[in-house]
Amino acid sequence: MEKRVTFGGWKLPLLLIFPQVLISAVFFFYPAGQAIWQSLFIPDPFGLSAQFVGLGNFEFLLSDPYYRATFATTAIFSTLVTLVSLIPALFLAVLADRLIKGAGAYRTMLIWPYAVAPAVAGVLWLFMFNPRVGVVAWYLGQLGYDWNHVLNAGEAMGLVVVASAWGRISYNFLFFFAALQAVPKSLIEAAAIDGARFWKRFFTIVLPLLSPTTFFLLVVNVVYSFFETFGVIHTITSGGPQQATTILVYKVYSDGFVGQDLGSSAAQSVILLIAVGLLTVIQFKVVEKRVHY
Amino acid sequence: MARSFDDQRNEPPPGMVEERGRSIWLTHLLMIVGVAVIFFPIWMALVASTVTQQDIVQPPMRLLPGSHAVENYTKALFSGVNVPVGQMMFNSLVMAVGIAVGKIVISLLSAFAIVYFRFPGRTTFFWMIFITLMLPVEVRIVPTYEVVANFGMLNSYSGLIFPLIASATATFLFRQFFLTVPDELTEAARVDGARPMRFFFDILLPMSRTNIAALFVILFIYGWNQYLWPLLITTDPELNTIVMGLKQMLPSGGDDLVEWPVIMATSILAMVPPVIVVVSMQKLFIRGLVDSEK
Repeated sequence: MEKRVTFGGWKLPLLLIFPQVLISAVFFFYPAGQAIWQSLFIPDPFGLSAQFVGLGNFEFLLSDPYYRATFATTAIFSTLVTLVSLIPALFLAVLADRLIKGAGAYRTMLIWPYAVAPAVAGVLWLFMFNPRVGVVAWYLGQLGYDWNHVLNAGEAMGLVVVASAWGRISYNFLFFFAALQAVPKSLIEAAAIDGARFWKRFFTIVLPLLSPTTFFLLVVNVVYSFFETFGVIHTITSGGPQQATTILVYKVYSDGFVGQDLGSSAAQSVILLIAVGLLTVIQFKVVEKRVHY
Repeated sequence: MARSFDDQRNEPPPGMVEERGRSIWLTHLLMIVGVAVIFFPIWMALVASTVTQQDIVQPPMRLLPGSHAVENYTKALFSGVNVPVGQMMFNSLVMAVGIAVGKIVISLLSAFAIVYFRFPGRTTFFWMIFITLMLPVEVRIVPTYEVVANFGMLNSYSGLIFPLIASATATFLFRQFFLTVPDELTEAARVDGARPMRFFFDILLPMSRTNIAALFVILFIYGWNQYLWPLLITTDPELNTIVMGLKQMLPSGGDDLVEWPVIMATSILAMVPPVIVVVSMQKLFIRGLVDSEK
């Protein structure tokens, strides 16, 4: 879509677009280029010179069992985060949609967690599950379950998943609720007259009509779990125990800033970028076929 | 007669679609349980911020607030652990407002240029901005850190703000909106001899008010909730933001040394500004969310 009526001149528009282009160039294109460039080198330990290794960093990474394990961890983590944030959100949205009165009040309360930063959410959940003082950990102990996410890899994963998904439930709820409100009442009523009960109507009419929203949320939540969950993992587990919760973004950080392995960290950034691009394309292709627009 | 018969046929039998009677109470009950579960972590933080350290280290933790709120919040705000939380909140505020205002200003200008002018390099610039949508700061942290270090912007507000302004979401939102503004307005302005910037300030800007406000809500929360970036570039506690400073207050190991009431008071303080913004501007927020994501 283009404007029919425009203003003349070329100096003013260049001046207007200049701030954004400058900021993008300095803080985006130059660093992104640097990441690609650095991924082809191994710097010496003193940072004085760097040796060109071509795709050596990539070859090393892809044959490194620790890095491969990070891929698997990321896949498990983002699948779980997406499911745990989508299903309760849909359930709550369906409930809220059934109510004529009071839905607004529930919505106001459900919005809260969205405003809570992932790192703060991490501290809240850490506090509840702290093996020493946490209220949930204590009650689990009373039931005979000895909770300790500091030592147990499965429990650590469970905790970072729930803490990461928590704030997203609000977000997904808002989108599902808006989509449910937009489903034409006449369709539902027609089905009801034909004798379809609530769950039958839900699976045959409502869910297919929600598929564009679901698809959109699927992509957005996977991207969220890839990048924005850093704060949750850093506050709760710092990637442990034994790297059990080290996802790709966390490893870029820990290798680059903690381990000072710049070449490897840069190569990981490039791999992550390619992974995100591919993921978006694949998801779009696969889900597109089954999406009912 | 025929007409009233039709009217009746148009109404579905009661209870088939809308909820009535017992079923609606069940829905309310499930909803209340759902909200309570979602709210529980915040509630526990609130309780923990009103009791003493002694109450916390002797489980089970109580589920109702205590009477030590004033002393815990005072301690957090004015002494904190490394730096007073009040100082960290001020830093977060500067960062959040800086990012929101910065993004909105540069995006308004560049969207205006892209939509209302034909100039050399327009398509190139457009795609340049579009690509920045794809790569979050987390992916390019090491080189971006080096750029900021070379500019001497570590431990500074500009270092906290500028790198995060480089994103295209706001530009796209304004571009979409400008494209829906009727051409007649532009024509009328041109006939009246208005210069482009006059048109921008007198017509376009007032029309974009709601969009600007909605975007401000989204960007304020985005800025306030940043974690990794402030963690990297602020080594000086005086410049810590509250969201990253909260983690710095948790020592690694040795749970008894953790001052839980003060830390949980800080976590409540860290969520209060964004929650107030979201809840009080709910309509704008939802609109901004839906617009900026689509």
